[in-house]
Amino acid sequence: MNKGMRWGLLIFILPVLVWLLLLIVLPQVDMAVMAIRADNEWGEKGFSLANFRVFFSEPIYWRTFARTAVFSVLVTFLTFLITMPVAFYITKVVSSRFQGFLTVLTLLPFWVSELVRVYGWMILLRESGVINHFLIKSGILNKPVELLYNDATMVMGLVYTSMLFMLVPLLSVLENLDNNLIEAAYDLGGNVWSITTKIIIPYCLPGIVSGSIVVFMLTLGNYLTPNLMGGKNGLWFTEQIYNQFIASFNWNQGSAFGFLLLILSSAIIWIGLKLTHQSLGKVVQ
Amino acid sequence: MQTDLSVINVTKTFKDFTAVESVSFDVEKGRFFSILGPSGCGKTTLLRMISGFFEPTSGVIEINGKNMAGIPPNKRPVNLIFQNLALFPMMNVGQNIAFGLERKKEKRVVIRRKTAEILERVGLPGFEKKKVDQLSGGQRQRVAIARSLILEPAVLLLDEPLGALDLKLREQMKIELKTLQTQVGTTFVYITHDQSEALVMSDHVAVMNKGRFEQVDTPRNLYSKPLTPFVARFVGENNQWPARMTGINTIDGGKQASITTSEGLAFKAVMKAGIDPGEAVDLFLRPESIVLEPDPSIKTLNRFSIRVQSILFDGANSRLLALLPESGREIQISLPQTRQFDHIQPGSKVEAGWAPESGILFPAKPVTP
Repeated sequence: MNKGMRWGLLIFILPVLVWLLLLIVLPQVDMAVMAIRADNEWGEKGFSLANFRVFFSEPIYWRTFARTAVFSVLVTFLTFLITMPVAFYITKVVSSRFQGFLTVLTLLPFWVSELVRVYGWMILLRESGVINHFLIKSGILNKPVELLYNDATMVMGLVYTSMLFMLVPLLSVLENLDNNLIEAAYDLGGNVWSITTKIIIPYCLPGIVSGSIVVFMLTLGNYLTPNLMGGKNGLWFTEQIYNQFIASFNWNQGSAFGFLLLILSSAIIWIGLKLTHQSLGKVVQ
Repeated sequence: MQTDLSVINVTKTFKDFTAVESVSFDVEKGRFFSILGPSGCGKTTLLRMISGFFEPTSGVIEINGKNMAGIPPNKRPVNLIFQNLALFPMMNVGQNIAFGLERKKEKRVVIRRKTAEILERVGLPGFEKKKVDQLSGGQRQRVAIARSLILEPAVLLLDEPLGALDLKLREQMKIELKTLQTQVGTTFVYITHDQSEALVMSDHVAVMNKGRFEQVDTPRNLYSKPLTPFVARFVGENNQWPARMTGINTIDGGKQASITTSEGLAFKAVMKAGIDPGEAVDLFLRPESIVLEPDPSIKTLNRFSIRVQSILFDGANSRLLALLPESGREIQISLPQTRQFDHIQPGSKVEAGWAPESGILFPAKPVTP
């Protein structure tokens, strides 16, 4: 590499490095420092692991933590289950004239902000909402039922929010899947089940994993949907972090929680990659 | 001889387009049968009907004497080799080959033994652990064939598997494929648009055009006795020469036709039934049946003179591109590389001749398809 090219590279990469440093690295370092500091008996800040001790000693915190992790994995899995047939239908079943149209149709809801979409669901589902109105009008129910504020609704909302991020990578891997592979498997005696599990899913694995990582991260870090659709019983770990920072004004505790969430997401993604024999470098291509 | 595959009066229409029109043929056990035709002639549709991906609109397909109507591809005793081979990229060679047997719930030990056996048979012993993308074009081909042969199909269908290979490898694979077929004894049905592939490998070739079979015959007969103008044009090189029949004379017990070409040259050719004097005909003359500078003593030869336009040198396949001085019609003539004709240069005037037996007449169609 000659000198001019090296300078060129530096100029182009500098904004990225500055951005990473100012917005990612420095705040993280600050968070890390804050997380390991707490008030001592005299009310002075000093090194302490008390913030982490609080997390393990208070059941509400680690239970919310575990709940968030389990539900995020569940949401990721459900999103995959729902999106895979949709992606397969768009890329392989429908004639190519409608492919673009159907893709746009699935992406269209995401042009609206998440907040508006969640409020849309709430208008549909709440006790005095559209669905209850029709159920009572048609005589199926005689008294409105609260459809909001339970885990099932929250999971549905999260799946709905995440679908796009699973769909796009799946569409691109399925687009590259040669139809002849499916036909060859069929010709060699495969049935729907064995073709799906032995040919289509293994082929799409990089796309599935990259979609899953994005969906998992977004779900784990989601605040809006669990908060609005999950109600008081449906705690989400991001709410705990928010409470520490905003409500209790305990930034040290909030930083510790934030760090724990970072460790959790990294750990689960690492396990996921190991289980599927994928490498991060290959998946994000 | 047992018939492995019978196709009886099969037609396939897509909306208002007829892809395959009342095609019938039988393939005997252990034969190498080719379907030769230009792209879009319906040969792939026919193959997909035999393998079960399409149902015929009408007609019957029988394999081992059993009607295949309504039987899906995964239940048919035939296997298809795809044009791009369709090897599963996420599996290694062994897993690719074992795929079919695993679907049959075969025991693991049996699968491993059979995989090793079949790899041995296609000349790739010990290749089980290799990745598909580590293989050369010819090796991939053999893996694809092994993957199908391990299921012991009654008929192996091949959809232009040599199409993607480069010329040198294609020549080599042609011979290899024929040898392999003789060794394993499985019936092969091979489709191609490459006449040399069909002629070299097959026991019988069907020439297909616009959804119909024009002729089903041995490669030699297709070449020397084409039944239709299409076969004459499509199989091998041919000069097509419009003419008119002027009369019929009897020579040595056989009938000979006198014809006059559009340039006014008078020739004699072997008579063909169904043409009457006065009718327009097309004379088909192979480049190699035209003799350069024929011996003046041979009386029966049709003679004419040409002007050499260019020499298309291609080793043993070299040609002269010659013009008729009368009309400017282009004629291709084989140029044997025996040094005998080295003096011929572009622009030379040369005598040429052909024997009446080697010209084939067909009634001229007003518009040739």
